[in-house]
Amino acid sequence: MDTADDFLLEVAQKAVRQAIAKGATDVECTIAEGEEFSAAVRMGELETLKDAGSRGAGLRVLIGRKMGSSYTSDLTPEGISQMVESAVYLAGLTTEDPHAGLPDAEDLGKLSADLELFSNETANLPTEERISLAKRAEAAALAFDPRITNSEGGSFDCSVSGRVFANSRGFAGAYRASYCSITAVPVASDKNGSDQGSMERDYWFTMARDYRGLEDPESVGRIAAQRALRRLGATKVDTQNVPVIFEPRIARSLLGNLFEAVEGRSIYRNASFLAGKLGEKIAGDNFTLIDDGTIPRLFGSSPFDDEGVPTRRTVVIDRGVLKSYLLNVYTARKLGMKTTGNASRGITGNAGIGHGNFFMQPGEKSPEDILRGVKNGFYVTELIGSGVNTVTGDYSRGAVGMWIKDGELAFPVSEVTIASTLPRMINGIAEVGSDLEFRGSVSAPTLMIGEMTVAGR
Amino acid sequence: MAFSDTFFAFKFGITKRDLERYLSEALSRGGDYADLYFEYLATSSISIDESIVKSATQGVSLGVGVRVLSGERTGYAYSDDLSPEKIMHAAHVAALIASGPAKVDKINLDEGKRRNLYPVLTAPSDTAFRERVKLAERADIAGRAYDPRVFQVQVSYADNLRQVMVATSDGVINFDRQPLARMGVFVLAKGSEGSPQQGHAGGGGRHELEFFENELTPEHFAREAARQAIVQLDAVEAPAGEQIVVLGPGWPGILLHEAVGHGLEADFNRKGVSAFSGRIGQQVASPLCTVVDDGTIAGRRGSLNVDDEGNPTERNVLIENGILRGYLQDKLSSRITKAAATGNGRRESYEHIPMPRMTNTFMLAGESDPAEIIRSVPRGLYCANFGGGQVDITSGNFVFSASESYLIEDGKLTRPVRNATLIGNGPEAMKYVSMVGHDLKLDEGVGVCGKEGQSVPVGVGIPTVRIDRMTVGGTA
Repeated sequence: MDTADDFLLEVAQKAVRQAIAKGATDVECTIAEGEEFSAAVRMGELETLKDAGSRGAGLRVLIGRKMGSSYTSDLTPEGISQMVESAVYLAGLTTEDPHAGLPDAEDLGKLSADLELFSNETANLPTEERISLAKRAEAAALAFDPRITNSEGGSFDCSVSGRVFANSRGFAGAYRASYCSITAVPVASDKNGSDQGSMERDYWFTMARDYRGLEDPESVGRIAAQRALRRLGATKVDTQNVPVIFEPRIARSLLGNLFEAVEGRSIYRNASFLAGKLGEKIAGDNFTLIDDGTIPRLFGSSPFDDEGVPTRRTVVIDRGVLKSYLLNVYTARKLGMKTTGNASRGITGNAGIGHGNFFMQPGEKSPEDILRGVKNGFYVTELIGSGVNTVTGDYSRGAVGMWIKDGELAFPVSEVTIASTLPRMINGIAEVGSDLEFRGSVSAPTLMIGEMTVAGR
Repeated sequence: MAFSDTFFAFKFGITKRDLERYLSEALSRGGDYADLYFEYLATSSISIDESIVKSATQGVSLGVGVRVLSGERTGYAYSDDLSPEKIMHAAHVAALIASGPAKVDKINLDEGKRRNLYPVLTAPSDTAFRERVKLAERADIAGRAYDPRVFQVQVSYADNLRQVMVATSDGVINFDRQPLARMGVFVLAKGSEGSPQQGHAGGGGRHELEFFENELTPEHFAREAARQAIVQLDAVEAPAGEQIVVLGPGWPGILLHEAVGHGLEADFNRKGVSAFSGRIGQQVASPLCTVVDDGTIAGRRGSLNVDDEGNPTERNVLIENGILRGYLQDKLSSRITKAAATGNGRRESYEHIPMPRMTNTFMLAGESDPAEIIRSVPRGLYCANFGGGQVDITSGNFVFSASESYLIEDGKLTRPVRNATLIGNGPEAMKYVSMVGHDLKLDEGVGVCGKEGQSVPVGVGIPTVRIDRMTVGGTA
């Protein structure tokens, strides 16, 4: 912790004391500061350079069981006083809520191990080098094949953030995190200047807490180019029921849907198809789902959650059995359970629920072996649209990918949808790949769903 | 109004001379163009769940974004501190996108023309907080009273008041005061068997709080959300495959937003990465289709007096009788392609670089009787309401999710259908429009459009429309 954190921690603690003096019975204050940097290049030329920072404070105040909140980007003493006044005033207007409140004192705390979330070298990487990483990724994509005729560019993004949290029950903590990524977005075309043919875009990226952990920009560009190229000439297929393979990038989105179905808010409101299913077998033996906010260097890790509760490892689904929901203090109290350290909030409003590193345990088979086992099926490489209903479990999304014939990727497919229901899908996972990698805070290996409806012609 | 009485001058002591100095600094390294976007945003939000006012939040954020253009390059920096040193620093950082001697030696700022599409005397955010809580409580009560099968009602109310000042090196300063309010109701209902079903409705605009008293009431939104949830209790699985699809009027206009609107944003077209690139003058829709983007409709959620680059918004014809007429421009694209401004440069906040964005996008009314359109369909799907949509602008493929739809059998609406995604290809799908109703309706004011991580409020609208061929992603 450095002097900047000390200063912000002091601001947060002062805000807490002020609110108590104004009549609050419990208070918590979050301060976030961030610097963002983005270099975007396109067709070899620098296109955009963005470099700036900002900060803000959020306050949650309880008067008994009534809660109000406020925020400000003005951290001067006047700005803070105004924020305190506002939250105390609003607490007077809300309804008594028997479950509202801060965490119990024994639940507060933070991990003591260094999670290695911050890299000073990354924060200080010279602008020229950042631009060069973006240029190299795009150049590799453009050079990969003559059909890569255009590009939405290459980019290097970097952010450095600080989080400070203090409450009236004695918690005070701060941590810093850095993040950087390289992305390439090439466009492939087989139009040859005519109106015939198609144009397709895809992307690939690498991300890390420390820039030395990034994959090399050339491989990012090449993979992005391969992905765009294999989409060329995509057609619709006939409507049919077939096995569907989700590549890891897509399998992640399915985990995102499941997160919404296991987070405490949707559970206590009975707005999830998994509400009331704790202890039940809801998926196959090959499905184990874990949330773990304690893994060093990963993108979903932090020493404490946004209510000052230490993060932990929670097994959500163990070999198909629903073992735990993901909870903050409020939803835990509603359900008569204990918080799982999953409180998440920005500067405004109240704590919601977020995940740490949310991932599925890998299986034994390589993705190639899984593919080889499919005679006729669909390998999905992109999903679009929001057609997932976690209340009912209904699932219907636009899909792009490759058709599988006799164990091989035969031809590209687009403008189709895949549909089923989430309960059927997680019960019907036929294969789980061995290829789990942490590219973001949600991670999954290759998955094969036994049967889904592909709608096309 | 004298400059010294304008919001930022009055509240923060900013002078015209200061603005000229910041712009000069921004152009000190040889940039071609610079602008300053000052923003002061006050927001309030209320949420009711289980009939408890669970959250009430208020807050303020402010800052300034400095942008410099140099050829096709953009330099951007911002500050959440309006002190002269911090703004000069941001201007200095943004200036670094260019390298060379300054090309502009003196900037003299004049005020742009003013108009007011939302003459709101008392913004909702300046109304007593308790009044706004009461409105939300009314929605909760009405939702629960609608039907005994309703078991959860969640009401959200949010408003904001954004004060904006845009100063450009072209020598113009524009000011705007942008009020916006929205109410949303989410309902869950459960029958004697089967899973719970959801319904949602919401709306608002750039109005005074009385809008929710006189135009669209909390009861209206609550009943509509509850009605949708109840309808879904009897829904059957959606069909799979190509169908005749009829879109109901209003919010289903999101089809235009996804299928056409995004693909016509000038940044994608300048770069040649849109499925619509280079197709001006070509037939991209059936001759029955005329699609406009209009940022000038009084009080609408997507309307603005000036866009976030200081240009007045306009009514722009995108597709006229099926022929592609124009793109949506921001400053960067219009400078590069020498196109006229269309007033579509928008950004989420001072932290964001402006981009070409839609305002209120809709299809003009046709001549068909809506009932006749439905009667004309032997077998198909009628979509009354949608959730979100998305488009891949390069391939042109778009999807949108039908949250309330019905089977059409022998020209009649029969059973309700569960959630299904509809998918099509932008430049192709609209060619299958075979009937356009005379019942153009704009949505009630809920739209949020996301692009490259930036969200902005938008509006959509459409009359009843028959599309002869579209893929429906059901399971039956």
